[in-house]
Amino acid sequence: MKSFTYEKATSAADAAAAAARKEGTKFIAGGTNLLDLMKLEIETPTHLIDVNGLDLDKIEPTQDGGLRIGALVRNTDLAANERVRRDYGLLSRALLAGASGQLRNRATTAGNLLQRTRCPYFYDTNQRCNKRQPGSGCAAIGGINRQLAVVGASEACIATNPSDMAVAMRALDATVETVRPDGATRTIPIAEFHRLPGDTPHIETTLTAGELITAVTLPKPVGGKQIYRKVRDRASYAFALISVGAIVQPDGSGRVAVGGVAHKPWRVEAAEAEMPRGAQAVTERLLADAKPTEENGFKIPLVERTLGAVLTEARG
Amino acid sequence: MPSSSDFTRRDVLIVGAASVVATAAPNIAHGQVPASAAPIIAGAPVMSKVSLNVNGGIREVELDMRATLLDALRENLQLTGTKKGCDHGQCGACTVIVNGRRINSCLTLAVMHQGETITTIEGLGTPDNLHPMQAAFIKHDGYQCGYCTPGQICSAVAMLEEIKAGIPSHVSTDLTSAPQDTNEEYRERMSGNICRCGAYSNIVEAITEVAEGRA
Ligand SMILES: Cc1cc2nc3c(=O)[nH]c(=O)nc-3n(C[C@H](O)[C@H](O)[C@H](O)COP(=O)(O)OP(=O)(O)OC[C@H]3O[C@@H](n4cnc5c(N)ncnc54)[C@H](O)[C@@H]3O)c2cc1C
Ligand code: SF4
Repeated sequence: MKSFTYEKATSAADAAAAAARKEGTKFIAGGTNLLDLMKLEIETPTHLIDVNGLDLDKIEPTQDGGLRIGALVRNTDLAANERVRRDYGLLSRALLAGASGQLRNRATTAGNLLQRTRCPYFYDTNQRCNKRQPGSGCAAIGGINRQLAVVGASEACIATNPSDMAVAMRALDATVETVRPDGATRTIPIAEFHRLPGDTPHIETTLTAGELITAVTLPKPVGGKQIYRKVRDRASYAFALISVGAIVQPDGSGRVAVGGVAHKPWRVEAAEAEMPRGAQAVTERLLADAKPTEENGFKIPLVERTLGAVLTEARG
Repeated sequence: MPSSSDFTRRDVLIVGAASVVATAAPNIAHGQVPASAAPIIAGAPVMSKVSLNVNGGIREVELDMRATLLDALRENLQLTGTKKGCDHGQCGACTVIVNGRRINSCLTLAVMHQGETITTIEGLGTPDNLHPMQAAFIKHDGYQCGYCTPGQICSAVAMLEEIKAGIPSHVSTDLTSAPQDTNEEYRERMSGNICRCGAYSNIVEAITEVAEGRA
């Protein structure tokens, strides 16, 4: 691990301003992704701002009947929150399908949204990786890429976003609230938060330098049956091969977001019009532009069948 | 001392084969330990002081800013009961209880825990006065080599509290009712603690006995 200096943030706006003053600064929250990557020297911040003391750990109702989740709310507390369990079951389920009890006790809402890919070549510093080292190439293309993206990828990168929580946030139409170094605040719809890799896979979100996430807001509950189904190589404590997050209304209409297939949670609103016609019709639209590799073509029928199972469960 | 001319053709083949493997197969970061973990060396270390409430006593330590809570416990405080397995949050051997909650001590910096209350395996019980979970692990043979055991025990103690507190899990059938004390729940909730000897069924028996108040 490279050496760094450290400070504790005193306010959200000060933290953002301080981050912009020193080049090489990173925020640290739970630390469960950042420290993992710092040990491997994939992340090499020279200064850390510890945001844990900030007053961003509350879950509060919003004026329009939604929920405002502080950036520092731990994944365990978010999944266990009474309102989340009752009104946003998809979010509880997605969180509980991820990581382990120990990790969820530390992991935060903002940190989870910003966790980096699990592409094995990104993790192995002996390999070429445009995300880790822009311009070095991509060893995953033509390599071992069974876990990687089937849709929305580029010639530069075929990594996936590993977050389960983000899939639920996408289906629930969450918005991300931030504060910038100049003190200005803004909200970013989750659909615009994560980027596709294009030719700059190292730029993963639309956050700007020093921008601090303060909260994630959910609109008022939409009801329906909310189901998160994750398919992985072992029954627990593994990242998704694919996952399906769905909200199904009594008339068969609804929403679907899919994890493990792209650089961001994958949702195509137009495909949702097909929901009453079943999983095959939805998947054909949802993954119409899919370009799987030789190894990961299985993900397409896997999405269709998993969605089929989810729709059956929703009806039952 | 071997000079470069001492390299045999076999050495060259071995080196060549190793580099072929390196370009073909990445270290899988998917529930497996990366082999290329970089050693902790870099420019000038930045030192820091931190005060931790460990197992009921205040301990002041001066350490490298980079020290994880795990390293502080083991190297600075000589509390070597807590183990370093993968050092990447994947195995659970480093599990300790901080402010009442189990966490992986390898994925957090010691300086982030100023003034916090930490319980390690040494704080749960002693050989003469075992914690019920420690006694149950012995009774049910919840280990073979013992390396993952301190982490398993700290995790299990905190896990039962999580069920009591009503925190749901991936296998809880109904999100809106209280989670149950079942074998399936224990297995899911303990999945962050890997046991390479495979003592899982005995571990679950030990946990069940403690949960039922028999231990
Ligand atoms: C073994 C293992 C298994 C896992 N399995 C899963 C899984 O199955 N599913 C899953 O979804 N996840 C999984 N995870 C990932 C885990 O969910 C993330 O590590 C965690 O959510 C990150 O949150 P954190 O608070 O610890 O982030 P940190 O590590 O503290 O930070 C992550 C990033 O976010 C930035 N950041 C943090 N807070 C803010 C803020 N307020 N504003 C701006 N930037 C910020 C940091 O600078 C850093 O770049 C796993 C992790 C491990 C180690
Ligand atoms: S897929 Fe992306 S993250 Fe993986 S090696 Fe290629 S550039 Fe790197």
